[in-house]
Amino acid sequence: MPIKVLVAKPGLDGHDRGAKIVARALRDAGMEVVYTGLHQTPEMIVTAAIQEDVDVVGVSILSGAHMTVFPKLMALLAERGADDMIVVGGGVIQEADIPKLKALGVRAIFDAEASTQQLIDGIERLVGERGVRERSRA
Amino acid sequence: MTSPVAGAMDFRVHRALARAISAVENRGADVVDAGAALAAAHPFVRTAPAYVIGITGPPGAGKSTLVDKLIAKFRARGETVAVIAVDPSSPFTHGAVLGDRIRMQQHHGDAGVYIRSMASREAGGGLAPTTAHAIELAKRAGFDVVIVETVGVGQVELEVVSVADVVVVVTVPGLGDGVQTIKAGLTEIADVFVVNMADRPGANQTALELTHMVHESGRAVAIVKTIATDGTGIDDLLSALALAREAGTSNAARSVRFEVIRGARDRAVAAATAALEQPEAQKIFAQLASHELDRAAAARALLALIEKEGR
Repeated sequence: MPIKVLVAKPGLDGHDRGAKIVARALRDAGMEVVYTGLHQTPEMIVTAAIQEDVDVVGVSILSGAHMTVFPKLMALLAERGADDMIVVGGGVIQEADIPKLKALGVRAIFDAEASTQQLIDGIERLVGERGVRERSRA
Repeated sequence: MTSPVAGAMDFRVHRALARAISAVENRGADVVDAGAALAAAHPFVRTAPAYVIGITGPPGAGKSTLVDKLIAKFRARGETVAVIAVDPSSPFTHGAVLGDRIRMQQHHGDAGVYIRSMASREAGGGLAPTTAHAIELAKRAGFDVVIVETVGVGQVELEVVSVADVVVVVTVPGLGDGVQTIKAGLTEIADVFVVNMADRPGANQTALELTHMVHESGRAVAIVKTIATDGTGIDDLLSALALAREAGTSNAARSVRFEVIRGARDRAVAAATAALEQPEAQKIFAQLASHELDRAAAARALLALIEKEGR
C-alpha cells in the first residue's frame, strides 16, 4: 500500500515552494501526500494527521520557530493518542538543535542540503522499520 | 460514565474512525465488522437518519470551497459533518497529492467536523475503491451529514450516484461550448445544479442553458447560482438540498436503475469482446481484410453473431 504523508508548513513565513517540491517528489515516488498549505498551527497539523491517519508527518520550517513548534506538536500528538506517528522535520534547523528535537521524538531531520531522494529513502526506511515492529508485535 | 448526547462528537472518535477507514482502505478489513466495532466503542444518539451529499463537477469549479461553506452552515444548525474528498492517483507512479482540505481549514478546532482525503487509486469512476465503505464508517461513527467530493470529473465518472442520497453537479461559466462538459451523463445524475463563480461573465447564459436542458429531460432539478468564495447563494443551495432530500425515494430508485444499467452494459461489453475472439468472428475479419465484405457489412455480420452467441 502507498505510504501516506502529511506535508505541513507551520508558522508565519510565506514560502511554500520547497514544501510543494517535496510534496511532488514524494508523489512521484508513489506516496499519497496530503498537502495542507501555509500557516499551519500545531493544532491544525495534528488534527489533519489524525483525520487522515497518515504514516508520516513531515514538517517544514524555515523561520527558526522549530523549538516552539515541535514540542507543541509532539505533546498534542501524545495527548490525542497518536504519538506512534512518525514525525520528521526539514528546513533551516541549526545543528545544535537536532539532538534536542530527536529527544522530543522527531525521528529524522532533513536539512536544506538534503536531496529529495534522501528524503524519500529516509521516509521509506522509517516506515519500513515501523512495519517490521508492528508485524513482530502482531 | 456519561451517556451519549445527540450531536456530540469528540476527537477520540476522529482517531477511531480514521483507523477504521485505513483498515478497510489498506488492509482489506471488513466494513461491517469495522463499523460495528466503531459504533460499539463510541456510542451515539441519532435524531435523524444520516444522509450523504455527493458533490461533483469539472476540476477547478470550486467544489472544495463550496464544501467548506456547506460545512459551516450544517454546523450552525448543530449537525455534525464528515467529508470524504477524493483526488486522482497518478496511473504511472500510483502517487497522489491530496489538496482538497486546504480549502476547509477553518474547521480544524471543531470536533463536529471530520475531513478525510482519499486517493482514487485504480478506480475510474470519480471515487476511490473504498469510498463507499468510508462513507458507511462515517455514518457508523455518528456523523449526521456525509459530504463526498469526487475528483474533478468529465462526462463518464458517475460513480457518485451509487453512494449519495443527493447529487450536486457544480459547473462554472465559460466552460467552452456552453455546458457541454457536463452534458452527457452528469446531467442525468444531478439533483441540484450549481453555477459557481456566478459573478463571472456568462453565468446567466450557463444557468439558462441548464434550465433548457433540465426542461428537456423532464426531471425536477434545481439550478442555483453561487459565489462560493464569499458565500453568496449557499442558503439557496441548502434549500435546494432540503427539497431534493424530501424527494429522496425517487433518487434511490434512480441510483439502483443506474447500477443495473451499468452492470448490464458491462456484461454486454464483456460478452461482445469474448464473441469477437471466436473463430466465426475471425472468419468475418478475414473477409473484411480480403475485401469480400465492406466495413458496414462486416459490422452487421459481427453484431448478428454476437446476438446469436448471447442467446
